[in-house]
Amino acid sequence: MPSSNHPKLDIRDLRVEYYTKGQNTVALEDVNLKIADGEFVSVVGPSGCGKSTLLKIVSGLLKPARGEAKIDGESIKDVPDQVGMVFQNDALLPWKTVQDNVRLPLAVKGKSKAEQEQEVNRLLEMVGLSGFGGFYPKQLSGGMKKRVALARTFAYDPDIYLMDEPFGPLDAQTRVKIGEEFLRIWEKVGKSVLFITHDIEEAIALSDRVIVMTARPGRIKAEFKIELPRPRPFYDIRFDPQFKALQREVWLQMAEEA
Amino acid sequence: MAMEMKQAQAQARKPRLRGESSAATVWLGRIAVFVLAIGLWELLSGRAFNSFWVSKPSLIGVRLLQMIESGDLWFHASFTLQIAITGLAIGMLGGTLLGIVIAYSGVVEKWIYPYIMAIYSLPRVSLAPLFIVWFGIGMSSKVVMVVAMVIFVAFYNAYEGIRNIDKDLMDMMKTYKANWWDKLRWVVLPSITVWILTSLRLNIGMALIGAVIAELVGSNRGLGYYISYSSNMLDTTGIFTGLVSIMLIAILLEQVINIVAKRLLKYR
Ligand SMILES: Nc1ncnc2c1ncn2[C@@H]1O[C@H](COP(=O)(O)OP(=O)(O)O)[C@@H](O)[C@H]1O
Ligand SMILES: [Mg+2]
Repeated sequence: MPSSNHPKLDIRDLRVEYYTKGQNTVALEDVNLKIADGEFVSVVGPSGCGKSTLLKIVSGLLKPARGEAKIDGESIKDVPDQVGMVFQNDALLPWKTVQDNVRLPLAVKGKSKAEQEQEVNRLLEMVGLSGFGGFYPKQLSGGMKKRVALARTFAYDPDIYLMDEPFGPLDAQTRVKIGEEFLRIWEKVGKSVLFITHDIEEAIALSDRVIVMTARPGRIKAEFKIELPRPRPFYDIRFDPQFKALQREVWLQMAEEA
Repeated sequence: MAMEMKQAQAQARKPRLRGESSAATVWLGRIAVFVLAIGLWELLSGRAFNSFWVSKPSLIGVRLLQMIESGDLWFHASFTLQIAITGLAIGMLGGTLLGIVIAYSGVVEKWIYPYIMAIYSLPRVSLAPLFIVWFGIGMSSKVVMVVAMVIFVAFYNAYEGIRNIDKDLMDMMKTYKANWWDKLRWVVLPSITVWILTSLRLNIGMALIGAVIAELVGSNRGLGYYISYSSNMLDTTGIFTGLVSIMLIAILLEQVINIVAKRLLKYR
């Protein structure tokens, strides 16, 4: 299917409900969102507004109550081939070494051992973890675990990266450093990203577009096109007057929700 | 990066916590308790108590050596061990597989689970006579007894292990489009390994109890038989020698499990 005819990701009239213990929670309502091939879109919103739920829909882990999500024009039924998820808590396998964790998607795809090893080495070098292949996740700092999780998703090489507050639990310094490295790698890879965060600066610095969501049930409240030139300096861009103006506007939208 | 590396190294080298005593102190203490208990027993037996009823460590030691020399110990212990280990293997495998299957069986789980727990609450020791009626007094009835002793704990641990698998890890496998075999290999089995090792540890004792009880009920060989025979002869030294042998076997098997566990859980 030629991707030029369809947006990479197309979400229409989405409504998502949860049923637990006889209780019905509407997590998302009337969500419409298109993401172009290679576009970087961030979603910000108060906690509990359905950001993670949105990613679960796109990754096929959850079924919508109404509306649909399409990738390359095809409705998402099961887990689609095109998505790769970076989980909030890394979701690393504690019983596997760093290199085995990164190898996982390649092994699942049935790549040969030699190919796996070569690719793992390349990716570990890319995220700055050469020499740590034999370590277990327990032996790594939060920032290093995050790099492993990123390397694993790069190994899978999806068309759409789904990232759920990936840098959330890191300290400010590590967070900027990893964000910077991720931006540098992404600018080379050029795949679509749907990025969840609660950090407005991070969202603007990374994205082509920032979506602000309302409190539960989550709806799209506002949308900002970020037309800062690329490649961007992930940290220094924050002193740009255009950045500051955007930051203020996004903040005003978010403040109404809190 | 350099800072992160230092953190990683600091984690690899675990400093001893305050209040944690050294291995030497622990072992010296253990040996002291052992010597004290055995010494008291040796001294008081024949003085405070009639040694006919409570025997004596020295008598038990001598008997043990005699039995090793004559081959009697191996004759009985090997029989008990064979029953216990065969039953343990069958029960662990069966119980664990059953636990996995039932945990993933959807609504069937809800139908069956209460009945499994009802059977579990039965004093299984009382099934020994029934198994003899069904399977004769040979080895098979005794192995079945051991299986009955161990299968529930194996089932329960595997079942709970499955229910405690980190949901994010399973979601992660799903987003990589892993098939069931890959999910089993990469996530399910490693996740429940801790639980299986726990059930194995608990079940070593259970398996020996099962084997010995089956032998007590009806057998002409095994440590259980040796104990009941000694009891008929009013030979307390023989009874204690049988008990000590069972204890030694349990300790030995437990050490084997500890070594296996250390290897399998070295990532923690
Ligand atoms: N498995 C679930 N069962 C019931 N309610 C849920 C479940 N997951 C999330 N919710 C509810 O749906 C809403 C959105 O959740 P989530 O998407 O995790 O929010 P966010 O990621 O924006 O913090 C929350 O109010 C939450 O309580
Ligand atoms: Mg969330």
